[in-house]
Amino acid sequence: MNALAGEGYEVEFRPDEDCVRMSGALRLGGLAEYAPISAMLEEALQGRERLVLDLTGLEFLNSSGIATLSRFVISARNHAQCGLVIRGSNEIAWQGKSLNNLKRLMPSLELRFD
Amino acid sequence: MAEEYGEFRALRYDRETESLNLSFWPGSVPLQQRWRNNGLSADFLGDYVTTFFPLEDDNPAARARQNEIRGAVAFIANELLENAMKFHDGRLPEPITVHLNLQPERILLQQSNGVSAEAAEDFRAFVQRLRDNDPGELYIQQLEESALSEGSAGVGYLTMINDYQAELAWRFDALPDPGFRVTTQVMIRI
Repeated sequence: MNALAGEGYEVEFRPDEDCVRMSGALRLGGLAEYAPISAMLEEALQGRERLVLDLTGLEFLNSSGIATLSRFVISARNHAQCGLVIRGSNEIAWQGKSLNNLKRLMPSLELRFD
Repeated sequence: MAEEYGEFRALRYDRETESLNLSFWPGSVPLQQRWRNNGLSADFLGDYVTTFFPLEDDNPAARARQNEIRGAVAFIANELLENAMKFHDGRLPEPITVHLNLQPERILLQQSNGVSAEAAEDFRAFVQRLRDNDPGELYIQQLEESALSEGSAGVGYLTMINDYQAELAWRFDALPDPGFRVTTQVMIRI
């Protein structure tokens, strides 16, 4: 398992479960600070047929984080061999508002709200 | 001389209005350390307003509404604070200010900071672009562009407009030192 963690957040890549889980509150200062997370997400896409991005524990994401997720979704769209599932939570207000935009970037994205 | 873009709503201080002010001089501690305060302040403002949207027994809609308003205030305040930190010009004798004004039918979040004449020019062009384009289209365009470049300019403002139905207004006040005080007001209906 690979993991990145900082104050208030954690990102874990579980290759055996084809899953990346992001949790806590992510408000890093700009795309450059998100680069290690982007690299982990990119790595997770390689050589997989399906990847689940589990955001059910991600309480807060700033706009640089939203841009990072969008870049990743665009990259997944361009790697047509890997299907992408994003799991969100109805309990977390930003997700109901902002995750649907990702479907506009990648129509084949499977968005699931628990 | 002040230039305004969009509609500024009056801040109120009457018996039906709750308000909070934050103001600080970012040079006093390093940006990295200060950045942490964005989250603390934004979460505080989000939690603060929940008092005025109480939970009701057997009413899940009240809980959802409280959750939604808390999330909206915390997101918007965090973005305004992050932008203020990124673009503030510490050489100008201007503090960064954030004001929350909770009125019976809307919440106003107003933030101001000082910027150089050059940065004001770039920001004015961005504001113009925001006003001249469909925000839904511009949002997707910015996200696609940010996939190709290192910038994500404007994703915060566009998220407020598209996802939180916020209305934004800006004012540029020329300062005696070369530079401007830029004020951003974000309004959400409640």
